[in-house]
Amino acid sequence: MNKIRTQLMLCGGTGCDSTGSEKVRQALVREIERQGLADEVEIVVTGCNGFCAVGPVMVVQPEGIFYQKIQPEDAPELVEEHFLKGRPVKRLFYKEPASKDIIPRMDDIPFFASQMFRAMRNKGLIDPEVIDEYIARDGYFALAKALNEMTPDNIIEEMMASGLRGRGGAGFPAGMKWKFAKQAEGDKKFVLCNADEGDPGAFMDRSLLESDPHAILEGMTIAAKAINAHKGYIYCRSEYPLAIKRLGIAIAQAKDYGLLGEDILGSGFNFDIEVYQGAGAFVCGEETALMRSIEGKRGMPRPRPPFPAHKGLWEKPTILNNVETLVNVPQIILKGGEWYASVGTEKSKGTKVFALSGDVANIGLVEIPMGTTLRTLVYDIGGGVPNKRKFKAVQLGGPSGGCVPEEYLDTPIDYEEIVKVGAIMGSGGAIVMDNHTCMVDMARYFMDFIQDESCGKCTPCREGTKQMLEILEAICKGKGQSGDIERLETLAHVIRRTSLCGLGQTAPNPVLSTLRYFRDEYEAHIEEKRCPAKICPDLVKFEVDPELCKRCGLCHKGCPADAIIWKKKQVAVIDKEKCIKCMSCYARCPFDAIF
Amino acid sequence: MKQKTHPLHPDISEDMWGKIDKIIASGKGIPGSLISVLRESQEVVGYLPSELINHISHGLVLPTSQVFGVATFYSFFSLTPKGRHTIRVCTGTACYVKGIKEAIGRIHGTYGIKEGETTEDRKFSLEGVRCLGACGLAPVMIVDKDIYGQVTSDKVINILEKYE
Repeated sequence: MNKIRTQLMLCGGTGCDSTGSEKVRQALVREIERQGLADEVEIVVTGCNGFCAVGPVMVVQPEGIFYQKIQPEDAPELVEEHFLKGRPVKRLFYKEPASKDIIPRMDDIPFFASQMFRAMRNKGLIDPEVIDEYIARDGYFALAKALNEMTPDNIIEEMMASGLRGRGGAGFPAGMKWKFAKQAEGDKKFVLCNADEGDPGAFMDRSLLESDPHAILEGMTIAAKAINAHKGYIYCRSEYPLAIKRLGIAIAQAKDYGLLGEDILGSGFNFDIEVYQGAGAFVCGEETALMRSIEGKRGMPRPRPPFPAHKGLWEKPTILNNVETLVNVPQIILKGGEWYASVGTEKSKGTKVFALSGDVANIGLVEIPMGTTLRTLVYDIGGGVPNKRKFKAVQLGGPSGGCVPEEYLDTPIDYEEIVKVGAIMGSGGAIVMDNHTCMVDMARYFMDFIQDESCGKCTPCREGTKQMLEILEAICKGKGQSGDIERLETLAHVIRRTSLCGLGQTAPNPVLSTLRYFRDEYEAHIEEKRCPAKICPDLVKFEVDPELCKRCGLCHKGCPADAIIWKKKQVAVIDKEKCIKCMSCYARCPFDAIF
Repeated sequence: MKQKTHPLHPDISEDMWGKIDKIIASGKGIPGSLISVLRESQEVVGYLPSELINHISHGLVLPTSQVFGVATFYSFFSLTPKGRHTIRVCTGTACYVKGIKEAIGRIHGTYGIKEGETTEDRKFSLEGVRCLGACGLAPVMIVDKDIYGQVTSDKVINILEKYE
């Protein structure tokens, strides 16, 4: 019998995987064998750790030492110094960007310290491809309880007591949805998992699918028992190959253990789950469109009512829950709804996972109790804005959401409170933007997205967003006219009121929220033909300010068109004939000397 | 045994048709199988020429209009040939904020292709993807199956030059 004394929890999520964690694993295995430690030191490839920005990351257990940015070349030193001689390698520790403090233990790093792990409770602690590791963390205990000790009504009561609201964005109480589906008449019913995470800037569902797939299966099976369904589908984006692979493995293992399929745990209850791969359409995240897509048709939404709880997939009663919602279900059943509701605000209970990215020091996945302020999220956990730039806004809720400026950063994270400041909770994408972001350009970006992803079924969304996009493009090109802002507002309100589905109804939100807080930027573009953030190429002069220029030559080095004349100790000059307006010099200049 | 005839197509060999027929047979009669049949067929050929779409609609006994409708609705399906290498640039918000636009501009400047286009020598196809969910690495580019994080407009051409 081997006596494992140390476990190396190496992150194998998409972020770390692409920065080379597999090569690190191979190098570690070689070194561990070479040093004769194979019986004592074990490597566990885990799902996403959450701290994607410093990958590949590894946590050494039981001490909880956190290593970041590990390269295969670091393996000999790590193994010899730390695992053989017991001297951790300091140069691979986390360094606090502001104070330059070195923090060896994961739990002491501010990024992790303010978090509360519920949905992500297993992240970095289990191998997602081994069902035994999930079971060792109380996995499938809730299912056993639900199947053998609880009636469907008991399950729904616990869900109602928990106050859990749909984490996909709209925030409808999950227990209520289940109740309607249970009450609906139908010979067949379905449980669906929405893993079509299409919001740009959101990646918590992908991470949960990759790091804890069994929790989703367990949540779905409990839902199935509550409404008496026998078939479920996980609708997953084809852009997430690792998630699809791990779901497949998890389903096979669960069936093998009798936790899925016929007569689950001897209870006489049958439930089967199939993974359905999406084919790249944002609108398929909308519930009625998603159901059409599983039916093999164009993913177009239809008017509601009838609601899917009465007529959903193949016209049968159906519940659709998002990944994060379902992951929370087993713990609610095991520990009770009251336990879940003990954290959060009056109307928003529990925790929420955010994908924090953009112009922020600590990029990654963050799970925090509802009621935490946006400032804590951006500054305490996120570490603030890097590169000595200034915070401008945090964008929440993707194309259906809006930007929150500095003065509202003390807003608590709560479904209703966030709506009051012009954004939405959404699926949890939080993109921080610094003062080098043009808000008109951002509005144009989201409108371009929506225009591209509109299914085209209803006119306000198809034609209206096109009109809005054309106006925004003209403004960014310096061709804005007076009255454009009013035209945008009129269009926005009509589209919001008359579109068929959520995609169209929320499409104008990024425009309305940027108009609310950054109207002066729109006016500068239209009236002065000036882009205050200097991002819109047509409004940048591409000249060098001799006062600000420090004669470093960085702009010259990066110019692909040889358009910058520069000699040592001389101010750079841009040749406008040659300049292709690629913005490379502008992005490289650390002194904001190009305008 | 019933003799099957396949339409002639320069990009689809007899061997490929054999695989496609197996895919169609496995999806026949199963509700909702159309999207997976199209996906697997596209994996065999690389894209979905109209002859292939006709063949699938015949095989699954579905109206050709429905099959075309589905194939054109989802961005995953392509009705035109692809290059040997597919460059997928992430155009999600985090990547946009961090400057993927400049990288795309550089690809356009060097290879003359915009999103959705293929170079004349069929070496590269450029696709824009709406968020790959790897925002920690923004801006992100995927070439075939290799993921590249923090691609600046300077790095992007060096990366692409490695592909033959």
